[in-house]
Amino acid sequence: MAIYFQTIANGLMLGALYACLAVGFSLVWGVLNVINMLHGSFIILGGYITYFAWHFYGIHPVAMLPVVAVLMFTLGFVLQRVAINRVVSAPVLTTLTLTFGLDMILYNVMTYWFTATPRRITLDLGAVNLGSVVLPVDRLLGTALALLLTFLLYAVMRGSNIGRAIVAVRMDRTAAELMGIRTDRIYAITFGIGALMAGVAGVVFAMVFPITTNVTGTWLGKAFVVCVVGGLGSVPGALVGGLVLGLVESFAGFWFGPQQAMTAGFVLMLILLLTRPTGLVGVKGYE
Amino acid sequence: MKPLTLYGSILVGLAVLATTPLYADNYVLRTAAMVAMYGALATSWNFIGGFTGYPSFSTAAFFGLGAYVGALCQRHGIPMVVSWGIATVAVAVFAALLGGIILRLRGHYFAIGSIAVVELCRLIVSSWSSLTGGGDGLNVPLIHASPEELMRFFLYVMLGILAASLVVTIIVDRSRLGFGLRCIHQNEDAAAMVGINTTAYKIAAYTLSAVFCATAGAAYASWTGYIDPTDSFQIVMTVKVTVMAILGGAGTIAGPALGAAAFVLLEEVFWANFIDWNRAILGVVIVLLIFFLPGGLLSLRTRLRRATGGAA
Repeated sequence: MAIYFQTIANGLMLGALYACLAVGFSLVWGVLNVINMLHGSFIILGGYITYFAWHFYGIHPVAMLPVVAVLMFTLGFVLQRVAINRVVSAPVLTTLTLTFGLDMILYNVMTYWFTATPRRITLDLGAVNLGSVVLPVDRLLGTALALLLTFLLYAVMRGSNIGRAIVAVRMDRTAAELMGIRTDRIYAITFGIGALMAGVAGVVFAMVFPITTNVTGTWLGKAFVVCVVGGLGSVPGALVGGLVLGLVESFAGFWFGPQQAMTAGFVLMLILLLTRPTGLVGVKGYE
Repeated sequence: MKPLTLYGSILVGLAVLATTPLYADNYVLRTAAMVAMYGALATSWNFIGGFTGYPSFSTAAFFGLGAYVGALCQRHGIPMVVSWGIATVAVAVFAALLGGIILRLRGHYFAIGSIAVVELCRLIVSSWSSLTGGGDGLNVPLIHASPEELMRFFLYVMLGILAASLVVTIIVDRSRLGFGLRCIHQNEDAAAMVGINTTAYKIAAYTLSAVFCATAGAAYASWTGYIDPTDSFQIVMTVKVTVMAILGGAGTIAGPALGAAAFVLLEEVFWANFIDWNRAILGVVIVLLIFFLPGGLLSLRTRLRRATGGAA
């Protein structure tokens, strides 16, 4: 029995990280209708910045959160303005290929500068025992931060003017424009927030997983699955999708071996794509 | 382009590739074979991506499955060419069945579904070690011939596959099927309303986009003598083939093959000179292409004609 509690705990801890990882991807997709292939590299970039700050200057990763947030927002904002905005209303093939091309450049630059050696921040915080369930403290910290960041985004989307403008553009672009919202600006801000969320997810990840350029594709894949499972463009959707994926992977790993965890995630995604393309908590009408 | 000019240019292109053994070394032969192989892949992608406008990223799945089926057949003592045939038929059946399922998706969702297929194939092949050797890969029985003979042989094999895919493209382009596919591209709902069986047409296009990829994959496995999951099912390859087709001109007959030739040659030049920056250069090519040449190389002719006042 205890092993099941442990599996559930692992799944939930992983799921919270997935939610934080995917929420920016989901937002960009939902609002701009662009699949952002750069998302995986943004995460790793955030992780690298944190790692180097910790390694060379001894700065605690949590202190790096605001720094990474500002840097990544700026990067995302500028990138959307100079590149992605030019094709924002083009067919899927164009936007997807363009962001893939940009990702190859970023990936190459990162591999060249940072090399592909896996790096990890070790905080050595020990573990907490809840009965027979073991919870490593660095993971718990990561989970708490991931949930906090996801909740912060939710609060911003619900409470601030910018957030409400983003939701308005997501729901009906033309009507939003008629209400005086400058969609171009909102697009750039949304993409900036997407990059920011990827970056801060990277900060959290650097505390829990090794950081290397080789895993950008893996994290991007997780973002895909979470979005399709949870539904597009909403924070609760990403949270539900993330937790479901975390649990599914955790149990699949337990029952069929760690190699099958990822396969189970993709199978789940394909099944949902075909049966309920709007996701578990999604809204209809987005292609 | 007038049919005669088109067929003429295709024949000239194939002839250039076919005559390389007369004057060039093995490196050039290898490049020519790569041009032919990627040409066949891009021409195949064109059925679903170009004619029908469905953003398919399944190419690497078909290529990889073809490679594995072919290699497994050969390891069980089936003659090489027969193995290629089996791989082609098996993957065609797979694509038709899969198409029936995932072609119900549109737009972004179809794009993701088709990417997921590549990842799933890779994951299944790498975890089914008892059959596929898992991450260790598979050795394919070697052909006993000199490197020169071998290279020449596979150049002609790849050229044959390219020629076959081009012939089928021309046939499809002139048939009801091609017309129907273009209608689906314009407006799928309207096409269905005027009586086009859109489901059957899309499945046909998707299956055609798989057939030659499978043959090329199986031939590639015999050529290299070794395959493994990461090499056979690459997302990068899937996107590369798409970029080649767009580079030449998606939806045209000879465009994708032309794009493949341009791309492979470009890649060779950069590989030789800037090996650390290979991916970044590919990325820059993609960005420039999307910004400045969205219609592909063939659209340059139209632009030129417009610039010279319709004289050409």
